[in-house]
Amino acid sequence: MITLDKVCKRFDDNAVLRGVDLTIAKGSSMVIIGGSGTGKSVMLKCILGLVTPDSGTITVDGEDVTRAERDALLARFGMLFQGGALFDSLPVWQNVAFRLLRGALARPRDEARAIAIEKLRRVGLKPDVADRFPAELSGGMQKRVGLARAIAAEPEIIFFDEPTTGLDPIMAGVINDLIREIVSEMGATALTITHDMSSVRAIADHVAMLHDGVIQWTGPVSGMDQSGDPYVTQFISGSAVGPIEAVR
Amino acid sequence: MSLLAPLGILGRFVLQVLAATGRVSLFAFSAVGHMLRPPFYAREFGIALLNVGWLSLPVVGLTALFTGGALALQIYSGGARFNAEAVVPQIVAIGMVRELGPVLVGLMIAARVTSSIAAEIATMKVTEQIDALVTLSTDPMKYLVAPRVLAALIVVPGLVAIGDVIGIFGGYMVATGSLGFNQAAYLANTVNFLEARDIVSSLVKGCAFGGIAALMGCYFGMHSGRGAQGVGRATKGSVEAAAVLILAANFLLTGVFFSL
Ligand SMILES: Nc1ncnc2c1ncn2[C@@H]1O[C@H](COP(=O)(O)OP(=O)(O)O)[C@@H](O)[C@H]1O
Ligand SMILES: [Mg+2]
Repeated sequence: MITLDKVCKRFDDNAVLRGVDLTIAKGSSMVIIGGSGTGKSVMLKCILGLVTPDSGTITVDGEDVTRAERDALLARFGMLFQGGALFDSLPVWQNVAFRLLRGALARPRDEARAIAIEKLRRVGLKPDVADRFPAELSGGMQKRVGLARAIAAEPEIIFFDEPTTGLDPIMAGVINDLIREIVSEMGATALTITHDMSSVRAIADHVAMLHDGVIQWTGPVSGMDQSGDPYVTQFISGSAVGPIEAVR
Repeated sequence: MSLLAPLGILGRFVLQVLAATGRVSLFAFSAVGHMLRPPFYAREFGIALLNVGWLSLPVVGLTALFTGGALALQIYSGGARFNAEAVVPQIVAIGMVRELGPVLVGLMIAARVTSSIAAEIATMKVTEQIDALVTLSTDPMKYLVAPRVLAALIVVPGLVAIGDVIGIFGGYMVATGSLGFNQAAYLANTVNFLEARDIVSSLVKGCAFGGIAALMGCYFGMHSGRGAQGVGRATKGSVEAAAVLILAANFLLTGVFFSL
C-alpha cells in the first residue's frame, strides 16, 4: 500500500503540489488524471524519491520512503518515464534487460536477452528491434521499449507515466490490456498517469484527479461518470466550459 | 549604504566562490569514494578509457608535434641574439616536458573530453535518463562519474608522456631538418639534460589535469539546468572551469616541483 499524506512541493515560486493525500491499495490499479502541468509526474517522482517533497510524508507498506533503504525499496519498483528515458548509448535489449545485467538481480547474458525479447514481444515489438539503438526508433516505439524495461524485472509496484501517449489506437489498446494483465495476473500495484479516457476505463480500479495541487476527487472508476464533481465532469467531457480554465 | 554596496557585492561573490568550491570538493570526494567501493562497471570504464585515451591520440599528437616544431624555431631565433642557438635541444626538452606537454594535453582534453562528458551527462539528465538509472537501482555517481574520472586519472599521464615525446620529436625534426643540428648530438643533448624530476612532474601534472577535466565534465553535466539551453550552459561552463583550473593547478604544481 502506498500513502501520500499532505505532500507539498514547490519549484521556486511555482507551488506544484499543495497537500496531496492519496492511498493506493496493494494489488490495485490507480489512475491519475489531470491537466498537463498540474504536477502528476512530479507526484510520481516524489514517491520514487527522485524529487524530495518540501513537506508531508509518503509511505510504502507503512515505511517512510525517505528513511527506507533506497536500493531495497527501488528494487520493488518499475517506472515508465513520460519521455521514455531510454539510455541512448545502449541497444534496445540492454535497455530492457538493464536490471537483469547488473546488480542484485543479475543473471546470465543469454537469459537476460531472452527475457528482454519476450518483454518486447509483449509490448508489440518484434525481436529485430532488440539490437537497434533507441535513437533509431519512433517515439511510440521508444515508449513501448520503456514499458518493456519497466516490467522486465517483474516488479511489485509499477508506475506508468502516460503509457499510451503517442501510440495509435490499436497499440494503445494492446498496452491497456497489458497493464490490466500485469495487475490481475501478477498481482502488481499499478499507478498510471494518462489523459486518455478510454485508457482510464480500461486500466483503472480507482481514479484520482489532480488539480490545483490537490486531489480534487478520488473514487472507483465506476463512480467516475456520476461523481458529481464539476472538475471531473469537465475533464471527462473535454469541455472548454467549467471550473478548469481552458485558457491559462 | 551606497558606500558599502561594493563590499556587499564582493562579499556575495566570495561566498559564491566558496560555496561552489565546497560543492565541487564534495563531488570530487564522493567520486573517489565510489571509485573505491563496488560495484564496479568494467564496461563503462573500458569505454571511458577508449574515449579519453585512444581517441585523443590524434589531437594530442598533432598539437605536440606542431608546438615542438615552433618551439625549436623560436628558441633558435631568440637564442641567436646572444649566440646561444645551441641550447635548442635542451630548452625544447624542458619546455615540452615541464610545461607545454602537460598544459597543452590538459587543455586539449578539456576541449575534447570535458565537453563531451558534460554534454552527454547533461543530456542524460534533461531526458530523465539519470532518474531512470536511479530507479533501476544504479547509482549515477558509480555508473557514470567514477569510471570516467578513473579512466582520465590513469590515461592522461600516458597521453602527456606521448605528447612530450612527440613534441621533442617535432623540435628534433625542425632542428635537424632545417636548422643544421646534428641528429645524434641533438638526441644525446635531450636525453642527458632531462632529469627524473622533469619527467615525474610531467606525469603528475597529467594525472591532476586528467582528473580535473573529467570531474568538471561530470560535475557540470550532473548539475545541468533544464532543456537544450541547460545542456549548452553545462558544456560551456565545464570547459571554462576545466581550462582555468588546469592552468591554476599547473602554476601550483610548477611551484611545488621547481621552486623548492
Ligand atoms: N525539476 C523541475 N524544476 C522546476 N520545475 C519543475 C521541475 N519538474 C517539474 N516542474 C514544474 O512542475 C510543474 C508540473 O510538472 P509535471 O509534473 O511534469 O506536470 P504533468 O502533470 O504534466 O506531469 C510544471 O509547471 C513544471 O514546469
Ligand atoms: Mg507529466
